[in-house]
Amino acid sequence: MITMEHVCKSYRVSKRSAGMIAACKALFRRETETVQALSDVSFTIQDGEMVGYIGPNGAGKSSTIKILSGILTPDAGTCLVDGRVPWKDRIAHVRQIGVVFGQRSQLWWDVPVADSFSLLKDIYSIPQSQFHNNVEELTELLHLEELLKTPARQLSLGQRMRCEIAASLLHDPRILFLDEPTIGLDAVSKLAVRDFILRRNRDHGTTVILTTHDMQDIEALTRRIILIGRGRILLDGSLEDMRRLAGAAGVREQDAAGAQGQDTAGAQRQETAGARGQETVEVRQDDPAALDRIVARLYEQLHII
Amino acid sequence: MRLYFHYISVAVRSAMEYKLSFFLTTLGQFLTAFNVFLGIYFMFGRFSQVKGYTYSEVLLCFSIMLMEFSLAECFARGFDSFSGLVRSGEFDRIMVRPRSAVLQVLGSRFELSRIGRMLQALFMFVYGISASSIVWTWDKVAAVVCMLIGGVMLFTGIFMIYAALCFFTLEGLEFMNVLTDGAREYGKYPFDVYGRGILRLCTFVVPYALVQYYPLQYLLGRRDDWYLAVCPLGTAAFLLLCWGVWRLGMKHYQSAGS
Repeated sequence: MITMEHVCKSYRVSKRSAGMIAACKALFRRETETVQALSDVSFTIQDGEMVGYIGPNGAGKSSTIKILSGILTPDAGTCLVDGRVPWKDRIAHVRQIGVVFGQRSQLWWDVPVADSFSLLKDIYSIPQSQFHNNVEELTELLHLEELLKTPARQLSLGQRMRCEIAASLLHDPRILFLDEPTIGLDAVSKLAVRDFILRRNRDHGTTVILTTHDMQDIEALTRRIILIGRGRILLDGSLEDMRRLAGAAGVREQDAAGAQGQDTAGAQRQETAGARGQETVEVRQDDPAALDRIVARLYEQLHII
Repeated sequence: MRLYFHYISVAVRSAMEYKLSFFLTTLGQFLTAFNVFLGIYFMFGRFSQVKGYTYSEVLLCFSIMLMEFSLAECFARGFDSFSGLVRSGEFDRIMVRPRSAVLQVLGSRFELSRIGRMLQALFMFVYGISASSIVWTWDKVAAVVCMLIGGVMLFTGIFMIYAALCFFTLEGLEFMNVLTDGAREYGKYPFDVYGRGILRLCTFVVPYALVQYYPLQYLLGRRDDWYLAVCPLGTAAFLLLCWGVWRLGMKHYQSAGS
């Protein structure tokens, strides 16, 4: 079980205007600004849950993941993962988790993937039999046979992502953090990755926490959504709850039939409604980007961009 | 320890992917350090001694210092590229693996090309020892071993502090190289050559003299207080201090990027 209570985290970033003169000035007097990445974030995630963690860029998603995985120490608040404080009990904690950073590789760049796996076996001290079984299972499910002998640098992004996911599951973690696992993948790889994650959750009861900007990931994988913006949790509920929130923010959804008679040219139409000039966004449900539009509108209305 | 060797074997395999580059760097490293030796050689071609030290004595001093440095570098230079690890966010990956961060950083970059320098150091070391006019008794051998161990600890400590500062600055600090490469260069002569001020600095601020000047006095038979022979081990305290700074740095780690 994961609990986070009143977690706050701020960073100090240095500020300066562009240009050479400003750069020289900054050499001597650095102006720093404190950015609140997380303020008072609390939630609880049960074992075996799949949670989608969404929010615009810079909302604090990665910071949360980093705190949960023991990389960062928060300024305030408490966090317990299976009874452990991640940043205090780092080594015991990380044995139980797997982390995939979509934008960063954990494989050794120049050696075949199988060599990376065997190094991970030593890093996590995985017993031989367990290692063997896991590699076999993951190879079959993620279709890695051909890839294992290839150096990581020669893999395509989709191939690499499959290997990354396998690498993070070799030690049977109870919790899996996926930070944008489908970023940059083609349709086939995306589907493969999604299927695999679903299966893993179902068969092994692995808790999955997923950050993504791809709303189809969310739709396909998670029943629970945590929406974060400017470091605060704005919604913790189902996809339906999010639709409702979006409705309150002026998104009107129409099913495909209802929209037939009206505007057929565009999937999305804006009109001014009410005296206050509040805009309504109509979204057709058969629009493949319907969820994206809803989310985009939501971000706008909640002033979190 | 087994894991460390596994890391090394992966590094070796990685380096062998780029064969030509591997051989050229090794050769280059070998030749670079050779230059310094030539410097000393020609210097003594003109002057028979420097501040009372003869050619063979300086050579011994230089070869031991080079050996200490190369050993430390071979194992601990992972800290050197540490700023890169922090900036690229690769350190995040290290933090989510159940092993000590120090071990992983050391394993992350095993500088195979340093083997060239290592070979050169070994070569110089053997030459320096055989050219010296020292009568090798057990206590003197022990003194040399202490110097090597102490020197490795000292340089490892410096590399570590260099890395620890990256936690705060996210950037490698170039001036730190004065303490590493610089020390190797200046360390070819016993520190009292440079005067009392430098000697003090090298005793109390960064304890180079502990692994060079003092035990050397013992080795060359200028003084025979036994504690001079074991004083290099005092650098353990320095290493501990550096480790403390490293721990502090890890708490401050801010991560980078998304």
